[in-house]
Amino acid sequence: MNMTAWKTFSYKKVRAESAFKRMLIVIAIIMVILAVSIFLTLLVESMPSLKALGIKYLWQRTWDPVTNNYGALPFLIGTILTSFLALIISIPFSYAIAIYLGEYKRTGWLSALLRNIVELVAAIPSVIYGFWALIVMVPLIRNLETKMGVVTYGVGILSASLILAVMIIPYAASLGRELILMVPSALKEGAYSLGATRFEVLRHIILPYTRSGMLAGLLLSLGRALGETMAVTMVIGNSSLIPTSIFSPGNTMASVIANEFTEADRTVYLSALIELGLVLFIVTVVINIIGKAIIKKFSSE
Amino acid sequence: MKNRVRFRIGVSNVFEGIVALFAFLISLPLLAVIYYVLKTGLSKINLSFFSNIPKPVGELGGGIANALIGSLYIVAVATVIAVPIGILCGIFLSENKKSKLAYWSRLAVDIMQGIPSIVIGIVVYFWLVKTRHTFSALSGSVALAIMMLPVIVKSTEETLKLIPNPIKEAGYALGLPYHKVIMRIVLPCGFSGILSGALLAVARVAGETAPLLFTAFGNPYISHNMLKPMQSLPLLIFNYATSPYDEWHDLAWGASTILLIWVLLLNVTTKLITKRWKVQL
Repeated sequence: MNMTAWKTFSYKKVRAESAFKRMLIVIAIIMVILAVSIFLTLLVESMPSLKALGIKYLWQRTWDPVTNNYGALPFLIGTILTSFLALIISIPFSYAIAIYLGEYKRTGWLSALLRNIVELVAAIPSVIYGFWALIVMVPLIRNLETKMGVVTYGVGILSASLILAVMIIPYAASLGRELILMVPSALKEGAYSLGATRFEVLRHIILPYTRSGMLAGLLLSLGRALGETMAVTMVIGNSSLIPTSIFSPGNTMASVIANEFTEADRTVYLSALIELGLVLFIVTVVINIIGKAIIKKFSSE
Repeated sequence: MKNRVRFRIGVSNVFEGIVALFAFLISLPLLAVIYYVLKTGLSKINLSFFSNIPKPVGELGGGIANALIGSLYIVAVATVIAVPIGILCGIFLSENKKSKLAYWSRLAVDIMQGIPSIVIGIVVYFWLVKTRHTFSALSGSVALAIMMLPVIVKSTEETLKLIPNPIKEAGYALGLPYHKVIMRIVLPCGFSGILSGALLAVARVAGETAPLLFTAFGNPYISHNMLKPMQSLPLLIFNYATSPYDEWHDLAWGASTILLIWVLLLNVTTKLITKRWKVQL
């Protein structure tokens, strides 16, 4: 046995070993190349519009491909409005879920039930949310608008924000739960021993302790909301005018790309759309990196 | 004094109630969506729904065979591309925690995780569609694979981090070469974690529409050619849901039901695997 083992030792095996190590390194390098080339592709393909329209493209007010006018302002405003509105709507719910699962009911069937519900909310495809919102929610919003006496489109910023809020709740909620679980129990017990109620512990210990992490969670949800495409495209109404109120139809950067990309027949038109993609890419990447850095700092403390 | 204490306890209890209420309100939209999709969709599903392709408006008995087959092809090929690369990258990251390359590679994976799906669609359009002058299912698979990679890499890395070093060292002590330690010891130990990560990735992209808009594009007929445009379930739902015809809405509801059941099944399977082997993700 020993003898055969010695005999079969060969450089072939050593080579197999180093080949495997090299393969791992190559794969890791491929990841870096992939990320860099995604950015470079966007940059190169948006060059024609960067050259023709310059940086003022971002705050030009009109988007009219027929007359060759390209201004991204309506979409920037649309994106910011829908995302922030969705974020604000989602905050009470995601905080409530995080607090409930992280503090009140850490284990037990109720907590398991809620966790599963949250996971399912995250699992439903965005196109199904969009379809449902289009058929069920939009008529409800239209009724509401009739009662309020404002323009009755039904589709628009408000509808998009509502469905978007549902879709981003799970991210902030599950992250918030983990953060709250990380609060050292010595701190909480200290407060309890001084006679604090549960609400006071939450308000004066847990929430201040997790504040930076919770902010990061909101930032990550915002990143999700900015890039979400399908559900928004289906209910936002696809108008290239600057939205005048939260009831008016609009367009986000993602939805205008989804709608017009395959129709863009001129170089500048196509390239202007890609520039929107580039902006979207940069903004979401920066948001993600900042958010993750904050959370990493939080959990290492 | 006593009143003050009672007041504070009261506030605390009321707050707990409010938190519980808001927390469980999330189930409303979930139930509403699932209920409405099943209610409208289930009645549209019969045998011919699975075997026929969509009929023109006005004709009865259209199905979604083209989208079902297309979705299977596109997601399967994406899985074949993403799983090996993702696992190998995860191995690299867990084995070389501190190296410079690992830092950049991890950053790249983080960046890819944050890229909006529509942007991935644009990029793959320029890589594989424009260069070949035709939309293709393969380009759709590549776009989905790019979306799956971060999920698989992260779950592999996290799972393998938990495997105790002595197990690996025992392998080395017996004279196993590096690749055999990885393939025969580390990977089997982390199998369930990696598997559930891969399933999660499949579940995540199975319903993705945005990256397919400019890549797989859609096709009204059944196609088996990965190099030609192909229909997929989410694409079909999007196209028919935004059309003005009731017949097409019916098709879209049926397709939504199937997509919903598919995605939920994948999630439940992942859950069961995680539970069965007690993996922490």
